Amino acid sequence: MHGFRLIVVGIGVSAMLTSFNTWMLLKADPSVAMAASAWGAGTLNGIGFDKLMPAAIVLAGLVPALVLVSRPMRQFEMGDDAARALGIDPERTRRLMILLGVAVTATVTAAAGPIAFVALAAPQIARRLTRSAGVTLVASGAVGALLLAVADYAAQFAFSSRQLPVGVVTVSIGGLYFAWLLVREARR
Amino acid sequence: MNQHFRPEPAALAEARARPAPPRLAAENVTIGYDRATIAEHLSVAIPDRSFTVIVGPNACGKSTLLRALSRLLRPKSGRVVLDGRDIASYPAKDVARRLGLLPQTSIAPEGITVADLVARGRYPHQKLIRQWSAEDEAAVVEAMAATGITTLSTRLVEELSGGQRQRVWVAMVLAQQTPLLLLDEPTTFLDIAHQIELLDLLHALNAAGHTIVAVLHDLNHACRYASHLIAMRTGASSRKAGPPTS
Repeated sequence: MHGFRLIVVGIGVSAMLTSFNTWMLLKADPSVAMAASAWGAGTLNGIGFDKLMPAAIVLAGLVPALVLVSRPMRQFEMGDDAARALGIDPERTRRLMILLGVAVTATVTAAAGPIAFVALAAPQIARRLTRSAGVTLVASGAVGALLLAVADYAAQFAFSSRQLPVGVVTVSIGGLYFAWLLVREARR
Repeated sequence: MNQHFRPEPAALAEARARPAPPRLAAENVTIGYDRATIAEHLSVAIPDRSFTVIVGPNACGKSTLLRALSRLLRPKSGRVVLDGRDIASYPAKDVARRLGLLPQTSIAPEGITVADLVARGRYPHQKLIRQWSAEDEAAVVEAMAATGITTLSTRLVEELSGGQRQRVWVAMVLAQQTPLLLLDEPTTFLDIAHQIELLDLLHALNAAGHTIVAVLHDLNHACRYASHLIAMRTGASSRKAGPPTS
């Protein structure tokens, strides 16, 4: 399993599923479609304990598994050969990492919809804040939670007349960040 | 680097005199990638406590043989034997406690310090409950001392010169504390002074009891340092020769 191939296949599968979602929205009852659209933007509005509890229960099972996989995961940062030489089965560990990643993402997405960019930005910010090597799970989680809380606060109060879904805020910030990154890379 | 040459203990000299059965050997292996076969029906044995050097022209399969010997690559046929058993039959961590490998390309994680990178070599010795012990600490300190990088321990790996960085990687493999050390072209990106320095270090480690297997490009270096030479040539055959044991 190669990283690059995985990304390209991921883009393809994601495009197919997006079109499937659109088709479902078009076919569905208008009121259901409206609710699904709001969810599809990624929002914390209207999330109460009734939605939190199932997600929390699933996560309680997944987090210990994440802790277990975090140590072999760090060895991966040195490349497959070095990881294997230190006693890791790269294929098995990679499959486990993908499975766990998909599971935790799916749990949150089921409750709050796709809130983009937080997961991409949080580990990078955490790494710079903690000045440690590689990805640190606890710090990344904490920074991600803070980012989401701030973005949600902005979504609620930035435009006094209407409440935005938090996903709109994170996607906008992410878009601006990538635009800045593109400009900077182009200037080099 | 001469301070690393320690006088040999008598027991070690005695053990050296007796020919020990090789701990690592390839038996009739055919190796290659996907459809390409690189070497067929190859048998080599790594004499215990030897400094074995694998030489040969580019693309003749030196690195491929080393990958097979270290279980990075599964042979298409035949088997690699480690301590009397097929290497494929061991749990991965068990192999990593017996055999250390320095691959041709390793990536230092961004922002890692020398001591932290060396500490990653302790992974196969750590368990879920007991993650970092005094034993681990001692192994890391010893590995850094043996490679002469103790003063660099708090520096970032990316700030080091090529020669220093390569010594850090060797220290990481040393911290693994394996009797067998396999190195894939460890001198390739170093200037001549650092090449000699690294080979002296490997020689010292060999004298201290490690079995060393290295892929080298330079025939002069190979003949100068090896106690056992494996010469490969394209066309999937190999000759073995041992230079005079002086």
